[in-house]
Order: sequence, then C-alpha cells, then structure tokens
Amino acid sequence: MKKGWRKGLLTGVALLLTTGLAACGGNNSENGASASAKASAGAASAAPAASAAASTAPVSKDPVELLNVSYDPTRELYESYNKAFSAYWEKEHGQKVTIKQSHGGSGKQSRSVQDGLEADVVTLALGYDIDALEKAGLINSGWQSKYDHNSSPYTSTIVFLVRKGNPKGIKDWSDLLKDDVQVITPNPKTSGGARWNFLAAWGYALDHNNNDEAKAQEFVKNLYTHVPVLDSGARGSTTTFVERGLGDVLIAWENEAYLSVNELGKDKFDIVYPSESILAEPPVAVVDKVVDKKGTREVAEAYLKYLYSEEGQKIAAENYYRPTLDSVKEEYKSKFPEIKLFTLADKFGTWKETQEKFFNDGGVFDKIYVPGK
Amino acid sequence: MNVTAKTVRRGTLPGFGLTMGYTVLYLSLVVLIPLAALLFNSTGLTLSKLWDVATDPRVLASYRVSLSTAAAAALADGVLGLLLAWVLARYRFPGKRIFDALIDLPFALPTAVAGVSLTALYSANGWIGSRLEPLGLKIAYTPLGITLALMFIGIPFVVRTVQPVLEDMERDTEEAAATLGAGRWRIFRKVILPELIPPLLTGFALAFARGIGEYGSVVFISGNMPMRTEIAPLLIMSKLEQYDYAGATAVAMLLLLISFLMILVINLLQRWAHNRSR
Repeated sequence: MKKGWRKGLLTGVALLLTTGLAACGGNNSENGASASAKASAGAASAAPAASAAASTAPVSKDPVELLNVSYDPTRELYESYNKAFSAYWEKEHGQKVTIKQSHGGSGKQSRSVQDGLEADVVTLALGYDIDALEKAGLINSGWQSKYDHNSSPYTSTIVFLVRKGNPKGIKDWSDLLKDDVQVITPNPKTSGGARWNFLAAWGYALDHNNNDEAKAQEFVKNLYTHVPVLDSGARGSTTTFVERGLGDVLIAWENEAYLSVNELGKDKFDIVYPSESILAEPPVAVVDKVVDKKGTREVAEAYLKYLYSEEGQKIAAENYYRPTLDSVKEEYKSKFPEIKLFTLADKFGTWKETQEKFFNDGGVFDKIYVPGK
Repeated sequence: MNVTAKTVRRGTLPGFGLTMGYTVLYLSLVVLIPLAALLFNSTGLTLSKLWDVATDPRVLASYRVSLSTAAAAALADGVLGLLLAWVLARYRFPGKRIFDALIDLPFALPTAVAGVSLTALYSANGWIGSRLEPLGLKIAYTPLGITLALMFIGIPFVVRTVQPVLEDMERDTEEAAATLGAGRWRIFRKVILPELIPPLLTGFALAFARGIGEYGSVVFISGNMPMRTEIAPLLIMSKLEQYDYAGATAVAMLLLLISFLMILVINLLQRWAHNRSR
C-alpha cells in the first residue's frame, strides 16, 4: 500500500506541473470575467496575434478585431455604434474591423481587465474604474485629458422615474423626503450608477443649504431612510421598481429611464426632471498595454475618436445619451430637456477623492448606516 | 506465491496509482489551489486590518445575518427534508419518479434564477406575497426571505443524505418492535430516528455551509439593507467594488474559518451520534 501512495502522489504532482506549465505559457487568465466576456476575449485574442507582427506598417489591411469592455446599459448603444464604425473604417482604410462587446457592472468589468481580459478599449461608468486600470499599469497616466470633455464623448444625468400621473407629486429632490414616499436606488457600495445618484442628491442639498456639508449629510441620510431595498446594481433596482411594483420613485440614469418607459410602456411611467442634477460623465480610454501588445493602437484610438464625430454623436443621442457636439446637441434639443447640471469636478473634485470620502469603508455612506461610528 | 503476495500488498482493486494521482490533481486544481490563492491574495492583509474588518459593525451584522439565516434554513430543511425523504422512501404513489427528480432541481437551477423567481412570488405584489402581506407577514426583503431562498437551495442536501439510509433500513427491527407492542410513534423515536441522526446531521451541515456562502439567490430577495439584511458575501462584493482586495479577503477568510469550525463541530457530533447508535 505504501508504494501505491507514493506512486499516486507522484502521478498527481506530475500531472499538476504539466497543466500548470501549460496554463502559464498561455498567459491569458480571465478570472472573474462574465461568460460573454470570456467568449469575446477568446475570440479577440486569437485574431490579432497575426496583425501584431505587421504593426510597424501604418495600417495593416488584415482584418482586425477589437474588444470593447463596457458597462451594462450601453449594450444597445455600442451595438449600433460598432456597425457604424466598422463601415466607416473599412471605407476610409480598406480594413475590416470587428468589434466584440462585453458588458457587466462597471467595477466588475474593470477588475476583469485587470485580471487579464484583453480589452482594447474600456468604456465605463466611472472615471474611478479607469483610474484603477491606470494604477494597475495597464493605462498610461493622463488618460482623462486624451479626448475632449474629460474623455466622456457622451454624458447623461440622473432623473426620476415615477408611476404614471405622478400620484405622489414628486417634482424635485426635496419631495423624496416626504413621509409617504418610498425611493428605489441601488447600493452605492456595489453599483457605480448608484454613486452618481447619491452625489446628485448631495449636490442638490449643498446648493440648498449654503454648501453646508453637515446639512447635506442630514438630507442624504434622511433620503436613504426612504429606501426600502438597496439592490446590488442599477438593473436590479429597475426590476424592483418596474416588476415588483415597489416604491414611488426610481432614481435612474436618464437613458435607463427612457429605456424603461419605451420598453415597458408609456402608459405606466413618467419621467420627472428635478430642478438640478449631476452631469454624469461616463469616460472612455484605450488600454495602452493591450493595444501595444496586439498592435491595434491605431484602430482603437480611431474607434474612440469617432464617438465624437457627428455620426457617433447621433448614435449616442438616439440611445438617450446626451451628445457633446454642439450641432448634434442642437438637433436633439427637444429630447434632452435643459436642467441645471453640476459636474463632479464642480462639487466633489476627482473620483479618487470622491470615492474615498463617500464610498470607501468608513466613508460617509457607511456613517449613514452605522450609528455612532 | 510471489505473485499473490504482491497482489495482496497492492490491495484488492487495481489502478490505485492512477486514481490517487487523479484525486490529487483534481483536489489541487479545484480546491487547494483556489484556497491557496485566497491566502496569497491576503498578503496585503495585516493583522490589524483583519481586526478592523472583523470588528466593523457592518461586517459583524452581515455575519449575524448570514449565520442566523443559514442556520434557520438548514434547521427547516432538516425537518422538511426528513419528511420528503420519508415519503419518497416509504410510499408508492403515481408520479413518484418525477417527484423524486424534482428534488434535485435546485442544484441545477442557476441560483440567480431561483432568487428572482422567489422574489417575484413573495414580494408585496407577488402571487404569494400579496396574500401574506395583509396578514402582516412580510417575506421578501426581510431575513425571512433570505431564509426562504437558503431553504430552497439547501433542501436537496438533506433529502439526498437521509433518503438512502431510510431505503436501506432493515424492516425487521421495526417489525420486531411492533410485535413487542411498541406504538408507531415509539418505533419512530426509538428505532428509526437514532439511525437517521448521522445523515440528518450531514445534511444539516451541508445545507448550512452552502447557505453561509450563498450569494446569487439571496441578493435579489434580501433587499441588501446594511445592518439588517446584508449578507456577508455581498460585503465581499462591495469591498471588491472599491478594489479593496485585502478587505474582501479578510471577510472571506473569516467566513471560511467560521464555516470550517462549524462543519468540524457538526462532523464530530455526527461521529458521536454514529457511535452511540451502534
């Protein structure tokens, strides 16, 4: 029996070593990536190996493949944009480009890229999630000034979705504190979108209390006592509000609110614009380390740049994201009511500072929920 | 002569070397290496950080929620699972095979689907929830809802550990007890139950351990309210969301430690029960 044990262990170790070595040689671990992300990553890493060799030439005519790692609600936007960009690029440069998409929670997507998902570009919900990639050495510093408008080609804002006819008469942030109003918003600790919601309310409270921080905290704390359920993500909150019929008002991104109304019935919900809100700037960046390795820098940069073109801007507007190009802004004026918007920089500074102050452990959000700490 | 000696030394079954090798490989790839990676990830984790995390009121509250709901669900599964196993092992009725197969379904169903469906049923405007709410019984978005989700995913563990023991049980002792004048309840208590305690404990331990780590089915029905219905696995996600790998690992390690100790205790208890019933 003794000999058998030893033999068994040896076989095990030998097998283990072989698999271990094989895995290291491949060097494309994709821990934690969603199933769709995995599928697209597999496809994406296969093709550009060939074009990497030819990357010295300005533009290779070989077909090229990009992976755009994005967050949840941009699926429809990028489906149409990718088609438009492929057509444009092929016409201009005679090169076929296919773009794979990966969607999920913004923070989770960022972690997937850090863990080895080979994204050529990232288009996420928060600058903070791209900062994390910069910190991991995947993106060069200064990414946020690489493209116009803080590298946010389109913007959005935070609005209210209420039940048809607005039975509780909700018009502004202060109405959310009325006794009989229940508010649905996700947990800012797990959802990027929820952080914009939180900051929008905070900014409003600052403006109405002479920038008194303590009063703003009181306002937001009060607001969260009206929240019966904190879903882990924005789509979860939409489901809670729309399908479960819970709550009187959903705090949501403007584009999500429009999607809900269009897909689930104009006869069921109304969109309410508060007197002021935050300008949500979802940023984009090229993943420098990946494009240099794959030799896809030129296409990847053009891909993001074209988001600012008239065609790119129109596609964004069609998908209820606010365009930043003046001519397109003008064209879609009726679609995006003008309200007072403040930016993150106006009121809070950088994402790093904001995250640390409000959402990290021991931050303001925790204080709201942990009495006496 | 020589040959027989060799065969004896090698054991009765052939292929030990290969199967043992496979076992080591499998265990390493699937269990040991991921667990080692967890430890490795905690290199940024100092003892003071671990202490901070362990004593944070929100983390403590989440442990309380996770442990109490998992224990409650495992207990309920123990009772209900015994009943289910009893019916399946002792009675014949039409559709029994289908019924039997249904028991395993919670294993196959993606937990998120279970969570979404349970929430849809038990929320205030759901099919069942709308009937219970007027009676003052709120299920979705309360610890009760979490318990319910954990019961759903835990029930197969109990049924599948108890059922085979029940099926293999010799009827002789029961019949002997009956001829000696024991009533049915007495037979159950004195003859059947002692045999069932070890498998029941195993089922309980499995359902309990599964419940502590469960994430998918719970996030939808729990409402995730800090200090009240926030489970420990959600806090791990929330720490990952702020790229606090060390903090996430700390919560995970503590959770793992608690589960391990509990399973250890239950296993000892089970051994004791097993020896006593002999």
